[in-house]
Amino acid sequence: MSAPVLDVRGVVKAFGSNVVLRGVDVAVAEHQVVALIGGSGSGKSTLLRCASLLETVDDGQVLLDGEDVTDPRVDADAVRRRLGVVFQAYNLFPHLSVLENVTLAPTVVHGRSRAEARDEATALLERVGLADKAGEYPDRLSGGQQQRVAIVRALAVRPRVLLLDEITSALDPELVGEVLRVVREVAEQGMTILMATHEMGFAKQVADTIAFLDAGVVLESGPPAQVLADPQEARTRQFLARVIDAGRL
Amino acid sequence: MALVSTLLFAVVAYLVVTRSPGWPRVQTTFFSPQVALDSLPEIARGLLLNLRVLVVGGVLVLVVGLLVAIARTLRGPAFAPLRLLATGYVDLFRGMPLIIVLYLVGFGFPALGLQGVPTSPFVLGTAAIVLVYAAYVAEVFRAGIESVHPSQRAAARSLGLTHRQSMRIVVLPQALRTVTPALLNDFVALQKDVGLISVLGAIDAVRSAQILVGRSFNFTPYVVAGLLFVLLAVPTARIADAVSARARRRQQSGHLL
Ligand SMILES: Nc1ncnc2c1ncn2[C@@H]1O[C@H](COP(=O)(O)OP(=O)(O)OP(=O)(O)O)[C@@H](O)[C@H]1O
Ligand SMILES: [Mg+2]
Repeated sequence: MSAPVLDVRGVVKAFGSNVVLRGVDVAVAEHQVVALIGGSGSGKSTLLRCASLLETVDDGQVLLDGEDVTDPRVDADAVRRRLGVVFQAYNLFPHLSVLENVTLAPTVVHGRSRAEARDEATALLERVGLADKAGEYPDRLSGGQQQRVAIVRALAVRPRVLLLDEITSALDPELVGEVLRVVREVAEQGMTILMATHEMGFAKQVADTIAFLDAGVVLESGPPAQVLADPQEARTRQFLARVIDAGRL
Repeated sequence: MALVSTLLFAVVAYLVVTRSPGWPRVQTTFFSPQVALDSLPEIARGLLLNLRVLVVGGVLVLVVGLLVAIARTLRGPAFAPLRLLATGYVDLFRGMPLIIVLYLVGFGFPALGLQGVPTSPFVLGTAAIVLVYAAYVAEVFRAGIESVHPSQRAAARSLGLTHRQSMRIVVLPQALRTVTPALLNDFVALQKDVGLISVLGAIDAVRSAQILVGRSFNFTPYVVAGLLFVLLAVPTARIADAVSARARRRQQSGHLL
């Protein structure tokens, strides 16, 4: 197998005395989907923020296409241009229309022409069933629609890897499906994805690898069939038992 | 009902004032129609100077206030001196009475006798007003910038926008929208405070009125000048009301994060 697109190596991150990540290793190969699971507060969001350079790491490395992007000499803005991030709370820009949200980075950051950015945005919005909302402002959309726009906004920069942080956990249950459908489609088309999720059923269907984060390290990782159905670690079994109790598997 | 009670109150107030023993004298020395008419052109000409201070000063206040606010929100040790300077400036000029700043700038600067230092009361008065108001407005802007949720900045940065681009395209437009009502209120205050440049000897509306009073021993010109300032302020006040109401409605409908 070729070198991973995203390679997180021994990443350590602390907030004051709270050491959240104690040496995390996760690799995402091209066209692969890796799902991060773990209890609340286990550091899934922190790991994704480190990978997208929204946080600096205390130790370890993040390699993007083999390049150490945590090196302080690297231009972090240039690295972020190669990533797509979708947040739990959508984080659309409320003062910009749907189309402006999507075309902002392609035009301002990537220097594409307005016409090209608009055509591409329209095509992407079409794919997620929101072409008719291009002129709307985010506050006129449902949560599910907003999150689909946020996915399109991230895809519009043609990222090397897509980072998704529990993108359905702020949604009403009946809106979860429409967002997951979009993610599945994007994955099927070959996008490289690292996602934190509470949706075990979805992780099982879409992910090639599931990584269980616990006490600041990846305790166990492997294909869904193995990690979810036949976990090797007692802590993984405990976590999955809690998830099953909560009806999420 | 509101109309009736308002009218009733007005009538009572009118009767109380006009029946008071001193009213005839007050009427001729403060509300003489003839004096008002005679003094109007000169006072109006003076008001033009106030308007010039208002326009030039207003624009400068916005520019300086925004720059100071941005300086105060810069993070990182490299910007520490700039941040400190901006904080010191705001503390100093927000605490000092405008009239003192006017005296210090208006009389202090020319007294230095330096080459190239302007001596015109228009320039010095405007400078003093800008110093004080920009300190206020910087705090308004800063509150607006900080009211934009950090997740907005994170989203902007995650798209590859630089700090500067995030500020200009994502944070500032939202901050501006939030602080517009407060800015308009400050503008109303500025509209009457431009009358204070008269203490530097500028022949503005207030100073013109003062001269006319001295000449005629009648106080009506003050009333005329006062009413002109009120006329100036009323439209802005109404606009400020409308903008505040709109902002409130938007917030209630959950528009802002
Ligand atoms: N900016 C921050 N400052 C201080 N502590 C933080 C910060 N961000 C996260 N933490 C702490 O790091 C720990 C991990 O948080 P994180 O959000 O990464 O967990 P998570 O796995 O994403 O949890 P959840 O499933 O609830 O989203 C928590 O204890 C949290 O309090
Ligand atoms: Mg999280």
